[in-house]
Amino acid sequence: MSLMHVSSPHVHKPVSSVEQVMKQVLLATIPGVLVLTWFFGPGTLINIVFGSALALAFEAWALWLRGKDYKSPLKDHSVVVTATLLCIALPPYAPWWLIAVGIGVSVLLGKHVFGGLGYNPFNPAMVGYVVLLVSFPLQMSSWTEPRGIGEVPGIVDAFTALFAASSYDAVTAATPLDLFRQNSGMLFDDLMQANAELKGPIAGLGWDLVNLAFLAGGIWLLRQRIFTWHAPLGMLAALTVCAAFGYDEGSSSGGGSVLFHLFSGATMFGAFFIITDPVSSAVSNKGRLIFGAMVGILVYLIRVHGNYPDAVAFGVLLLNFAAPLIDQYTQPAVYGTKKAEVDE
Amino acid sequence: MRQIFDIHGGIHPPERKDMSNPGWVSDSDMPSKLVLPVTQHIGAPARPIVEVGDTVLGGQMIAEAQGPVSVPVHAPSSGTVTAIEARAVPHASGLTDTCIEISLDGKDEWVSCQGLDNWRDETKAALLERVRLAGIAGLGGAGFPTAIKLASDREMGIHTLIINGTECEPYITADDTVMQRFAQQIVEGAEILGHMVGAETVLFAVEDNKPEAVEAMRQAAEALAGAEVVTFPTKYPSGGEKQLIEILLNAQVPSGGIPADIGVLCQNPSTAIAVRDALIDGKPVTHRITTVTGMSLKNPGNRRVMLGTPIRELLDTAGFNADTADRVIHGGPMMGFAVTDLNMPVVKITNCVLAPTRSEIPPPQPQQACIRCGMCAEACPASLLPQQLYWYARAKDQDQLERHNLMDCIECGACAYVCPSHIPLVQYYRSAKGSIREATKEKVRSDNSRVRFEARQERLERELAAREAKRAARKAAAEARAQSGDDPVQAAIERAKAKKAKQEAEQ
Amino acid sequence: MLDVIFGNPILLALAALVGMAIAFGALLGFAAVRFEVEGNPLSDQINAILPQTQCGQCGYPGCRPYAEAIADGDSINKCPPGGEDTIHALANLLDVEPEPLDAEHGVEAEPTVAYIREDECIGCTKCIQACPVDAILGAAKLMHTVIVDECTGCDLCVEPCPVDCIDMIPRKGGIQHWYWPLPDGQTRDNLIATDRSSQQAAA
Repeated sequence: MSLMHVSSPHVHKPVSSVEQVMKQVLLATIPGVLVLTWFFGPGTLINIVFGSALALAFEAWALWLRGKDYKSPLKDHSVVVTATLLCIALPPYAPWWLIAVGIGVSVLLGKHVFGGLGYNPFNPAMVGYVVLLVSFPLQMSSWTEPRGIGEVPGIVDAFTALFAASSYDAVTAATPLDLFRQNSGMLFDDLMQANAELKGPIAGLGWDLVNLAFLAGGIWLLRQRIFTWHAPLGMLAALTVCAAFGYDEGSSSGGGSVLFHLFSGATMFGAFFIITDPVSSAVSNKGRLIFGAMVGILVYLIRVHGNYPDAVAFGVLLLNFAAPLIDQYTQPAVYGTKKAEVDE
Repeated sequence: MRQIFDIHGGIHPPERKDMSNPGWVSDSDMPSKLVLPVTQHIGAPARPIVEVGDTVLGGQMIAEAQGPVSVPVHAPSSGTVTAIEARAVPHASGLTDTCIEISLDGKDEWVSCQGLDNWRDETKAALLERVRLAGIAGLGGAGFPTAIKLASDREMGIHTLIINGTECEPYITADDTVMQRFAQQIVEGAEILGHMVGAETVLFAVEDNKPEAVEAMRQAAEALAGAEVVTFPTKYPSGGEKQLIEILLNAQVPSGGIPADIGVLCQNPSTAIAVRDALIDGKPVTHRITTVTGMSLKNPGNRRVMLGTPIRELLDTAGFNADTADRVIHGGPMMGFAVTDLNMPVVKITNCVLAPTRSEIPPPQPQQACIRCGMCAEACPASLLPQQLYWYARAKDQDQLERHNLMDCIECGACAYVCPSHIPLVQYYRSAKGSIREATKEKVRSDNSRVRFEARQERLERELAAREAKRAARKAAAEARAQSGDDPVQAAIERAKAKKAKQEAEQ
Repeated sequence: MLDVIFGNPILLALAALVGMAIAFGALLGFAAVRFEVEGNPLSDQINAILPQTQCGQCGYPGCRPYAEAIADGDSINKCPPGGEDTIHALANLLDVEPEPLDAEHGVEAEPTVAYIREDECIGCTKCIQACPVDAILGAAKLMHTVIVDECTGCDLCVEPCPVDCIDMIPRKGGIQHWYWPLPDGQTRDNLIATDRSSQQAAA
């Protein structure tokens, strides 16, 4: 009889695969997506479906171009996660070509050009987002009014916006971070009185609950041990500390409050879904803590002193550059290289 | 209650130990023949001292140790030597090595064994010599010559002896069985070992998934002063020597060092019994207790096996169904190696033979790309970065591998166990270690060749220079003679002329 | 004079640049002298990497001449006994691209040692004179034998032997030298899913 000759170990942790990890990440985005849909309409959901289909097609095409098997790798759902994360970040009523370009850049330039799954030095979704942000600033800042202020678009509107953008009559509004960025001269309290968008229970209307939902999803992923607490805690802690230091009772030129920063824009989404992408972040836990902390600092700096309303994408990409350097200096102390005396 | 500590990482694979009925041991059937490799240990191979056709008795030495780091081999039973040639041996490579084949006569006649009346009266050197001659190597699976380990001569000496009954690998219950059945002999052996190395403390380490063994050891250990049974939570790989020392003593063996560097010595319970048998009964190592388990067997369990029994026969006595198994593992599922030829024999380090069915241990899944999730680093008991070691092993980057402490990897397999991409990480590390080892050997060799080549060049140049010098000296002498007018040739010619003239004058 | 310089922006810029050039030049010069590292010349470092078989397959009479040629710019892929590992090590040292072994100079083969069939040896010392590392023991009209630990497998003794009694036998292999190969992902049991080419999938 012919006996298999393979190396030990011969057993493997049951139910552990890339597919499992990706599926759990997708599950964790559901609360956030539902809250987004409640406040802003079905645009995000439809974008996700459309984007995922496109992403799968792009990935199959890329694999075929590279001469590899283009059917089984699709099963690992990694590109669906990329598409979902990108579509969550995009405005809900973006036209189809914006999404297509974004997905194309993410999958092709953000992932396959480097070698496919596991080889990308940058977060693919963020690569796509930043390319869109810089190339199409108008479409990328077309957010709608949240429920409570204006009409929430319906499904028909969503499809119209997606495929027939020219005939879609949208009412765009500024996001809380937009208002904060464009504020010149008003005290924060006055700004809040003047703009209904800033009057949510915690921070901006709608956005704070979206962040809360993503926080919930992130905590679930932590419990499922999909990633460790170091990167998210690093980012949120650094952002909190920066905001606390920069807060000067809401003057017109100060930074926002801690709660404002933590529950606006893409903070929670970034902390639990973007910087935890294992492929492009640091390797050791200490490294991940530093990685997250520096993203938090950059997010605060760009939001308050930079040119863009939100900064998670830029912060993450800048830190992706730095990840190998962080790895170099955060190797854990290997067994046998520290304590050598017997403690009795 | 002694305080215990924890190691970094570790995993909890399903134990599957009940299958092999720990605590019960039966004798394996007498095999048709025995195939005894001359290397069943770490170190130089033993040299056969019998020839084909010789009759041997049980307990007779048939191969002697070569050099200090070597261990002799003894015949487990009486019979005739039928071959001394290369046979398949239990090794991860599946390659062959010199083996002594004995055809058994079934009479099981033994040489007379003479133990010591009082081992306490002997010198340490005498005891070590007996341990060496008894063929004792680490029976826990490493196979390091016990006499060398016990002879360790670090300045600080040994203060703690640990009898390592952890047995953290799934499936294996050999140590559990030995501790339940032979606790007293283990304690006797520990006493001898403690005396030999001068240890003040003797610790019997048992994981908490073996309550019967803990109880048996506790009762037996009461007889030994300074001895204590320590239990701790089950986790793989707590039984690794370095990890166990961290758990029990909160100390780490220095990288590249051995436990003796911090005054600790670890021995397997079966090795302790072997030392006791060698000194008190005069018996060499000829049998061992092996767990034979797996769902393809009708009667799994622990067997007392003669060394040299072909694995095929051992499996058959346990009711092996060959159609259901496509893998037979020598050792445990985490660190054991796959056996490719069932004619390979049981040797001193065979603590388990595992024959799982295809569904019990399925074939390995295809390897996918590393997603850098870091679960491997979470699991590593040596606090390494397996992910980085993987990348550098693929790149064959020796410098970075050394900087990331590749040599501190104990190859426990916890990283590969948790990897979601099913990457065979341990194979990468083994390959990298092997290629670094071979490259170092080649470097030594090539440095030596260069020195030798340069010496040869120097020698040739010296000889050439010497010849040149001689020629130049002759030339200079000739010129000097020509200058001073003292030309011996001319003088000879003149002498000849004078002689001729004289002769003509006389005519 | 300073007034003139500061008054005229062009002169100021010029002065600033010249001043900086002098300052940094001095700094660099100082650093070059103060932090100079006594190191091996390049050809010594290259020679330390080459396998020292002294076989001449690279086209040079020994490893040192080839090392010096590489230091002068010759390509690094001419050494068959060194094989891929040596090419990679040289590429790392010299910071160039590694190339595959130049087939003109030979192929990477198993390391070997020479073995003299003593029954046939006539004691002519031709092989002793040919051996670059003096690995053959013997004298005129006396038995010759190869010292295995010193033999580099260079092959130079085989030709001069008038009775052709020298064999080259493999040096490695066997259980002492075996180690696990890197998983290649192409075996039936360990297939890397993403590396299955579409042709293979179709086959």
